[in-house]
Order: sequence, then C-alpha cells, then structure tokens
Amino acid sequence: MNEVDFLLWVKGPAFTVAVVIFVAGLVLRLFEILSLGRKHNFAVSKGDPMQGGLREMWRRSIPADKATFERSLFTIVAGYVFHIGLFVVIFLLAAHIALIKSVIGFGWPNLPTPVVDAFAVVTMIALIAVLVHRLRHPVKRFLSKPGDYVVWAVTFLPLLTGYMAYHHLLLSPQMMLGLHILSVELLLVLFPFTKLMHAFTLFLSRWYNGATMGMRGVKS
Amino acid sequence: MSALTLERGINAFKAQIDAPMASFFSSCVSCGMCAEACLFYTENPDPKFTPIYKLEPMRRVWEQEYTLIGKLKAKLGLSKPVTDAELAEWQELVYNNCSLCGRCSAVCPVGNDITYMIRKMREGMVASGHAPEGLIGASTRAVQIGSPMGVKLPALQAQVKHVEKHTGMEVPFDKEGAEYLLMLSSMEIMNYPEYLEAVAKILTNAGKTWTLSSECFEATNSGIQIGSSDIARELVSRVVAAAEKLKVKTVISPECGHAYTALRWEGPNLIGRPYTFAAKHIVEVLDELRVAGLLETEGFEDAKMTFHDPCQLVRRGGVVQQPRNLMNMVAKNFVEMADHGTMNWCCGAGGGVSANEDAEEVKMKAFQRKKKQLDELKVDTLVTACANCRIQLEEGLEVNQMDMPVVGLTEMIAEHLVERKDKGGAA
Amino acid sequence: MRTTQHEPHEETLGERLRSQGISRRGFLKFCGLLASSMALAPAMVPKIAAALEQAKRPSVIWLSFQECTGCTESLTRSHSPSIEGLIFDAISLDYHHTLQAASGYGAEEARAEAMKEHYGKYVLVVDGSIPIGNPGFSTIAGISNLDMLKEAAAGAAAIIAVGTCAAFGGLPKADPNPTGAVSVADIIKDKPIINVSGCPPIPVVITGTIAHILTFGIPELDSLGRPKAFYGQNIHDRCYRRPFYERGLFAETFDDEGAKAGWCLYKLGCKGPVTYNACATLKWNEGTSFPIEAGHGCIGCSEPNFWDFGGFYKALSIPTGMTGQTAVYAAAAGIAVGVAAGAMNKKAKMDADSLHKTVTVDELNQESPS
Repeated sequence: MNEVDFLLWVKGPAFTVAVVIFVAGLVLRLFEILSLGRKHNFAVSKGDPMQGGLREMWRRSIPADKATFERSLFTIVAGYVFHIGLFVVIFLLAAHIALIKSVIGFGWPNLPTPVVDAFAVVTMIALIAVLVHRLRHPVKRFLSKPGDYVVWAVTFLPLLTGYMAYHHLLLSPQMMLGLHILSVELLLVLFPFTKLMHAFTLFLSRWYNGATMGMRGVKS
Repeated sequence: MSALTLERGINAFKAQIDAPMASFFSSCVSCGMCAEACLFYTENPDPKFTPIYKLEPMRRVWEQEYTLIGKLKAKLGLSKPVTDAELAEWQELVYNNCSLCGRCSAVCPVGNDITYMIRKMREGMVASGHAPEGLIGASTRAVQIGSPMGVKLPALQAQVKHVEKHTGMEVPFDKEGAEYLLMLSSMEIMNYPEYLEAVAKILTNAGKTWTLSSECFEATNSGIQIGSSDIARELVSRVVAAAEKLKVKTVISPECGHAYTALRWEGPNLIGRPYTFAAKHIVEVLDELRVAGLLETEGFEDAKMTFHDPCQLVRRGGVVQQPRNLMNMVAKNFVEMADHGTMNWCCGAGGGVSANEDAEEVKMKAFQRKKKQLDELKVDTLVTACANCRIQLEEGLEVNQMDMPVVGLTEMIAEHLVERKDKGGAA
Repeated sequence: MRTTQHEPHEETLGERLRSQGISRRGFLKFCGLLASSMALAPAMVPKIAAALEQAKRPSVIWLSFQECTGCTESLTRSHSPSIEGLIFDAISLDYHHTLQAASGYGAEEARAEAMKEHYGKYVLVVDGSIPIGNPGFSTIAGISNLDMLKEAAAGAAAIIAVGTCAAFGGLPKADPNPTGAVSVADIIKDKPIINVSGCPPIPVVITGTIAHILTFGIPELDSLGRPKAFYGQNIHDRCYRRPFYERGLFAETFDDEGAKAGWCLYKLGCKGPVTYNACATLKWNEGTSFPIEAGHGCIGCSEPNFWDFGGFYKALSIPTGMTGQTAVYAAAAGIAVGVAAGAMNKKAKMDADSLHKTVTVDELNQESPS
C-alpha cells in the first residue's frame, strides 16, 4: 500500500466506517442514558424547571462565580483556550467546512488558514499544559484513569498531524494528511465510548441539574 | 446472619441509577473542580475526598450494568465487580466527608449534580450495611421513639407549659383547621427552646391560627441523612398524616436545613403523591408575613452581624432573599461573607455529619473554612436559620476560642416584634 | 526509423550532434534548460555539456501497452522539437511502434535484434499499463504486454516508466479496473525503474530524465520512484494562487467572482496540496501556463490512483464514500441497537426495583457492629 492508497483508504472506507460507528454509537449512548428514565416529581415547583435547565445549559459555560474562578484558575483558563481552539480549528478551516458540507449539505464561511493555524498551535500548547497539570495536580492525577489519557491523546493527535500536514513536516503531505484523517477516525470511533461523550452529555447534565435548581427556585 | 448484604446494596445502586446519573457519569472529565468546591477537601486536602470520587463504586455499577462497553469490559475481565470491602472503605467518604451541601453541584462545569448522586449512593450503603453507627442510632430512635434525639411528647409538653407561662399565650395542640401546623426539631426542644416561644409570639401576633400536633412534632428526618428512602418515607408519612388529620393549609418546617429538604422536596416523592397542604420553611413564612404587613419590628441590633446560609435552605432550597429581607428589618450593621447565598460554605456538619460520631474530628476540620470566612469579616454576631448549623457553629467557635454569639434568625425577629392591636383572630 | 548498425566505433553524442549540424550554442542552451529544470546550479551546465558530449548513444526500446499515446504526443509535439529532438538523436531508439517506420515482422525483428545486441545495456521505456486480468486484453504481434515486458525487462539496464499508466497503473487501473491493469513496478522487481509520471508528463521532464541517465546515471528518486529533481516540489507550495488559500479566499464555482479574481481552487477540487510535479514551475506549452493558471484545479495526474481520488471537482478534504445518507443509516442502526440496549436497561432497573426489600431499623441494628 503506497501513500496514495493509504490516503484513499482513510478518505474512503475507513472514514465511512468511523462516521458510522460515531453516529450509531452516539445514538446508542443517548438511548442507554435516557432509557434509565427519571421518576416523576410530585413536589410543588417553586420556579420553572425548564427555565432553570435552559439557563444552566449556557450559564455553566461562563465562570460566573469569581471565587470559584480564582480557585480553579488554570483549569478554567486552559480549558477555555483549548475548547475555543478546538472549535475554531475543527469548524472554521475551509477544508473542514468543505467536508462537513459534503455530508450535511450546508457550510459556512471559513477563517484565513494561518489564523486557524495559529489557533492550532495555541490549542496544542494548551493541551500540553493541561496534560502536565493533570500529571502534577494531586486531585487530577488521582482521579485520572487510563481512559482520561487516551482521550487526551486522541484529541491531540489530529491537531498535531493536521499541523504537520499543513506545514509539510516529517512525512509527505499525502502521508501526513492520511495520518491526520486516520487520527480523526480514531477520535470518532472512540468518541461515544469515552469521556469525549461529555461534549454531548454535558448539555443533558446541565439540563437535569438546572431543572432541579429551577424547580427549587435557586438562582445563582 | 445479617439481613443487609452487598447484593442488596448493589441492587439498590441499580434501582437508584437514573438518566440524570448516567448523564452525570458520562459527562465527568475529571477536572477536579469539585474538590476545590468541597470543604472536606479544601480543609483536609486528600484527593480521595474529591466529591466525584466518592461515587466511584456506584459509577462502576452504572458502567457494568447499564452500558454496552461496561458489559463488554466486565465480560473480558477488564473491570471487577464492586466488593463489600470497597463499600466499607467508601463509608468514610460518603458519610463522614460529605454534608450534601451541594457546592460541588453548583460549580461543576459540565453540570453534574454530585450531591444528588451521593444522596442516592447512600441508599446502597444502607442496604449493604455500611451506614455509620451514629446515623443508625438516630434513625432507630426516630422510627421507634419519634425523635432522633429520643425526645418524647412529655418533654415537648413541659416545654410548651413553660412557654405558656412565660408569655401568657396559649400554645395549641391538635387544633383542627388551623392555618399552620408548626413542626419542630428535637434540637430546638432540647437546645433552643427560645425558638418555639418566638414562633408562637410571631404567629399569634400576626393573627394566624396555628397548632402543634401531639402525634407528630418532629420535622427532622434521619432517613434522608442516612440515605434510606424506606425510613425517610416512614418518618415523613407521620408528618403528612398529622397535617392531613388536622386539615392545615401549611406545614412549617423549623429552623433546620435538611428537615426542609425532607419535607419540601423529598416528601411528596417518598409518599408518591402531592401533598394536600403547602410545606414552607419558617423563614419563608416570616417573609410572607412581612410582605403582608403582619410582621412589624422596632429597634435595631447594633452589633456587626452576618448571616450563615444553611445549605439546604439556600443553595438546595431556593430560600435566598427571604432571610436577608428579615435580617435587614432588625440589623443595621449586616454584612455578607465573601462567599454567601448560593455559594456559601457549609458549616461542616450537615447531611448527617453531626449525628455521625465517626465524623467528629472531620467536622471540626471542615469548620476551619467557616472560621476563615468569619476571621475575614470580623463580626460580633453570627445569625443563622438552622439549628444543626447553629450547634456546629457554636461548637466550632468554642473549640477555636472565638467569642461570638450564634443567634437564630426567628428569635432575633421575635425580640424586635411590635405588638399589633388588631389581631384578626386569636390563636 | 533507424535500426542498429554494427559500428566499430560507437559514436558519442557530441560527435553525433556535430554531424547533424547542431551548434555548440544550441547544445549549451539545452544543457542550461536541463540544469534549471533539475534545479541544478548554473555551474553544473558545463559539466552536463561535457558529460553529454561524451555520452555513448544507448539503445532504447520503447514499449507501449495500455496507453493513449498521449505521452508520446506530449514528447513529440512539444514546443521545441529541436531540443527534444536532440534527445532522439542522443539515443538509438530501436523500437517504438508509434514512431518507427517498420511494421509487422520487421518491427518485431528490430526489437529482438536490439535486445540481443545490447543485452544488459539498453534502456527500456514503457508507457501504458499492463493488464494481468486477462493477457489477451492487450497484445502486440500476438505477444501479451505482460510477456513482452518480462522479456524486454530481462536485458534492460534500467526501465523508465513514462506516464502515470506505466508508473502507477493510471487510467486503465481506475476503479473497477476491468483489465486488471498494473504498473511496471508491480511486475518487474529486479531492475531499476524510474517513474516519470503525469498524464502526460511534462516533455522536458521526460527528456531531462533521459539526459540525466545519460550523463549522471539514475537520478535520485522519491518514495514513488520519481526523479526528485522534477517531482520534489508540491504544486500547492509553488502555486501562484497560494496567497489566496492562506487568506481563506476560495472560488466556489467556476464562474463566480472568486474564480474571475483568480482565487484558490481548493474548493473546486484542486489536488495541488497532495500533488508532486513541476507544472507550477516549468509549466506547459513553452512555459505559457499550467492547468491552475488556466482556471482549472490540479487533478493530481502525476500521483497514483488520481482517477479515484474522489472526483476532480470535489475538495480534497471531502471523503470519497461518506454521504449524508450513510450517516442517516448509521443513526437508524444506532436507534435499533439503542432501543434494544434501552429495553435491557429498563428491564434491569425494573428488576432491581422489584428486588428491593424495605430496609428496616431492625435490620440496621442487626448489622450494627456494636
């Protein structure tokens, strides 16, 4: 198998398989979660659960409490940086938008490539920083299971290979592009079955927590 | 042979796990922010006290029982079943080092309600025989005697006589059709008898009809603390029965945090139907009276005061503004702690910690957080609206040689009460 | 067409050119062009000239298999026949069935003779792919391409696979590859093979490669067996539209404002980022332009399997097999498995509920260690 065969394989059958596992897995996981249900609440509401749920869904993205922000400064700032970076890199690069458009049928404007490139660099730096922090922080190190490191690796690899493919580093662009796509496929396949799933379930979690808060009339 | 087994515990976990829990476990990214929000970690920084870690055995049960990957992992021998020894080890984490204060649930960036999960995990801990002795004792007394502290009706009657003599008012028992049924906590009967007198004065002065029940006067619910819905149901059913028998409109939960949670939020779900009456915390009732113009005060406290938010009342109960409205009625020099309201720090003894002898050392460590807040503020008086907090605060202040009175909010209001001439109908 | 003659003295290229009346100046110009196209320093020009002067005219056998003759067209119809013509003068092209005058037995005899005469020394040039699905798909004089290649390769000093068909299988190999087409390198494993890919290759790249073999031997090759001198650079890296790519400015259709303004053709399927060839620097038609300059994206013709690269007009990043419909089927599969898994979960939870035995304080105290 030469480089082009490899690239064609990752772009063709491998990508299809990865997306099928990703989509089917995602749906399966949501069924697994939602099927467990929730008991009907007979307590009289003090506030609106729906309002509370919707409110928490976005409010938890903002470090609203200053003291909490200061206490977990690094986690929050580095977390912001790499999450925003990932968003920009994944969704605002022209090549990625073209791909998404080919699958879902619509696209959106892209950013200049060097801007995305800069975001990729910053994101990689932030990811390395959070890894070092995870290895050194007593609580994070204690809580971390192998899965947490796997999740880190499969998030980092597409960034690294994408960066290397763009800059034609180490291997030929075909090979690097192939590895880049392969690393994304790895990410997609593992996504539904690892902590990566939080990207979807966090909205569910915020909803449940927020609905309880809303129902009890708690506004923070 | 013991009746409580690991099997029953695991079964309880399985029965307790629901969609929110599955979502919470799926969402956790091990960021560790809950540790920084938990005073059992900040004041005693051992990583095992991280809130989410306290759920690890239950998380494994979820993964093994309710996820495809978990089932696969279990089949391949990649994950081991939860053992009795592990649950025994976790008792310290789930009971001694958690007051169900809800601070972790408030800061979690992915929105996990960790407190909700710990409450559920305790169900399995009870069913597997890993509840702390102190809470078993309290629950036993609550079920068998009617009060976790073993207070019986004659003790209350003696208390009532004293109040009647002191105020000249009638303290009614079993008055059918009264607007309010006043519930108490044993702590108030034993430690803070001023509370009953204060409420009696305020309600009577407001022209409200109210009553005590001779069949059930205890509002606290050890079943909630130990984490057994079966016991909690038994206890809350007594309150419901008394309230429905007397056909009251509102049951007043006393100055106690978890009693409010038990009565207001968990009660209807424990009995499986809505109440025929309203359940309110005394602070809510007082604020309603204030708004209706039925609660007037005169004069102000000169001391510099702050208010300690009881977690179950504020963060987990949504009664945030009411105590502040009441404070401002009588306190000229009312200041807030750095973290107040829904982000307050727990006193360190809620959620069953105070009744758990194993946690005595831990709860004083946890009090250091409150001490830091108070040291920053330099107040003369500490006001609160939970008898359990109050006992812990008094003990903590004494141990740390801090000379500061702890006052119940209701009593303080009662002291400034203006007697109304046009009382609608005497009690 | 010439046939090999028995000569006591093998003519050098220099002698041959002089006898043809080619001036020294014209010769040096050709050497200069070679040097620049192979990215050699100008100082190398006299060395190339000296080496070429002394080069013996090797015998060349050119085999055409499953091909379109485009490669030969490219070479013979190139802009400066006098210079490319030079290379024909520099070699002894003993067999090329498009160009040779002889036909039938005469032609095949010439090949046999050359192979015998120059065994182990001749250069074999191949254009076109070889069908191995059924040898009868392509034959010359009743000999299958496969057999002819094997026979001719046995005595070759080196093989030049001209064009993408010979180098990588090319168009005949395009999915579903009905003839079972393969490249030269797929069959011949024991000879040096130089792949001069392209559909067709740039004329001067063909001649330059031959000149390199004549002067300095086999050139340095990349991982796909192509001379690095010509295939070392990426079209995208050398593209004059690259600044638009960087700025994120793309033509969305072939007739929009972006296309008119000369913006990047990535979204219109340009394969420049993964294509290695000298088009952007040497250009075509006397250095006039190259496809991208003409407003069409690079189709990646010098790369293996370029026909099956997901469509000439689909952006490089677009997966070749994945569609929205596949995603919908995947979701449906997820729902099917999810409903089953959900039902199992529900049942497990209900079982746990029904197995629950009420916890009593008696039980609690029984358990109590005291």
